[in-house]
Amino acid sequence: MISLRKVTKSYDNKTNVVKDLDLEIEKGELVVLVGESGCGKTTTMKMINRLIEPSGGEIYIDGKDTKTVDENELRRNIGYVIQNIGLFPHLTIEHNIATVPLLCKRDKDEVMERVRELLDLVDLPHEQYAHRFPRELSGGQQQRVGVARALANDPDIILMDEPFSALDPITREQLQNELLKLQDELQKTIVFVTHDIDEALKLGDRIAVMAEGKILQYDKPEDILKNPISDFVESFVGSDRLWKTPDMLRAEDIMSKKVVEIGSKRSVAHAIELMKEHNTSVLAVVDKVSPRPNKLLGIVGTNRLKGVTDNSVKMGDIMKTGVVEIPHDMNLTEVLGIRKDKNIQYSPVVDDDGKVIGIITNASIVNVLTDIVPETEEY
Amino acid sequence: MTLIQYIADNYSLILQKAGQHVVLAGIGVLIACAIGIPTGFLITNNKRASNIVINIANIFQTIPALAIFAFAMPLFGIGPKPAIFALVLYALLPIIKNTLIGINNVDPAIIEAARGMGMSKTQIMFKVEVPLAISVIMGGVRIATVTGIGIATIGAFIGAGGLGQLIFQGIGMYNYEMILAGAIFSSLLALLADFLLGIVENKLTSKGIIKRETI
Repeated sequence: MISLRKVTKSYDNKTNVVKDLDLEIEKGELVVLVGESGCGKTTTMKMINRLIEPSGGEIYIDGKDTKTVDENELRRNIGYVIQNIGLFPHLTIEHNIATVPLLCKRDKDEVMERVRELLDLVDLPHEQYAHRFPRELSGGQQQRVGVARALANDPDIILMDEPFSALDPITREQLQNELLKLQDELQKTIVFVTHDIDEALKLGDRIAVMAEGKILQYDKPEDILKNPISDFVESFVGSDRLWKTPDMLRAEDIMSKKVVEIGSKRSVAHAIELMKEHNTSVLAVVDKVSPRPNKLLGIVGTNRLKGVTDNSVKMGDIMKTGVVEIPHDMNLTEVLGIRKDKNIQYSPVVDDDGKVIGIITNASIVNVLTDIVPETEEY
Repeated sequence: MTLIQYIADNYSLILQKAGQHVVLAGIGVLIACAIGIPTGFLITNNKRASNIVINIANIFQTIPALAIFAFAMPLFGIGPKPAIFALVLYALLPIIKNTLIGINNVDPAIIEAARGMGMSKTQIMFKVEVPLAISVIMGGVRIATVTGIGIATIGAFIGAGGLGQLIFQGIGMYNYEMILAGAIFSSLLALLADFLLGIVENKLTSKGIIKRETI
């Protein structure tokens, strides 16, 4: 675990590049520091491995103050990947990766075995690449070696300073995906710096949005999108961002929270009365007497009531049964998919206990989208 | 034909003078390396210091060889010592300058990566900076050696020996064969030294580096 407490950095004792910054990073978490250039994100990251010494405050790694550790010792146990890759051009790929373990006087055969594993891990076959020099590789391949090199000493923590920014968009996306895959496998604690909010949203378990040496918001990507803490965060993230990343929208975000329940034994007249009262076109039919009260039995919409004059008809007789219940955390894309496949108009949303907490209708989706799409044009 | 005759008759003298010549130039360049390369390393991160050092070395370069001999004689008398002194002063500039350029040309990203990986300053110097700068540094050494062999020729004027002695004696005796033998062999020596140092340079330079032109 990494813990920054009241960390400050100033080069001239007047202006602070980073000011009183607190940041807790859990073990195995991928945290992205994101912000415009000059916001102090890189400085913050480099203070973790003491490439930059803080002017004030403390940084703890697993409870140990980093000031008390020899700086080179500290860095050998923290992987480091930079934007300009920085492979040693005079060494083969194999020896580039082996550098740190060999510095630490590890057994040479073991190290070379480890290099072989790492090259496999980053998808560069050993036979083909181990004995090449960096300049014989493409940018993307070089950065893969950069990642392998950072992993060579099996550090718990890896710092990545805009590692993919210099790559072309296709390679960048590939490497981002591979990083996520690697992270699933290895569960390292990763601090990732970028100015690209899309990259941050894609990779981060948590994102720290920074400006002027401070963290404005430190939250899960969804929360940053849905509840930006200030106008600045909102404009940095982009108010239409949520719309561009439908995967971040959950069923509970697009449902209408107005659920009007009706017992299965109730009559049509009662149903019409309820609909009028609550100004809704749909009722959730629930079992009021069963051992699991309020369990959803079916849905009744206005169409089902049309032409029914017999007041002895109960809700249980005319309701639509077998409706697909949508878990509250299903994302927008999947919800739309199900609704389209099954041609459903009303999708009840249930929480973890199976209780109905909302209903998705075409109207509720349109409402959410009109909220998200910025009102930029006047008609 | 008489030149070949002269060389055939005097080959042991020529070899002896060539030997002296190599020793003179060799010692001069070695001392210059011992001073110049570490100096180059020390001043890389200090713009002011490197300006001062380069300027001083530049000044040495502009003083005519004979004038340096004249300055050196009160200190070292006559013989090989003042000649070596002059050689060192001349060799310093290319060696310091190329060391400086070689180190400064190392991509800062590589140094940052090395620091971030936990390499100490000495490890960075010997495992990263020297291997990356070696071809440029060796370029400086080659220039210094070739000029050194040329200047060592003048050294004969103050009794340092070497192939220059054949030239000066030849001039005194109107012996053209002797003059030519001295001139030809000192030139060949320079070419040979450059060639051999080129091989050394290639051996020392990693195949991963695209060789930069020396300055």
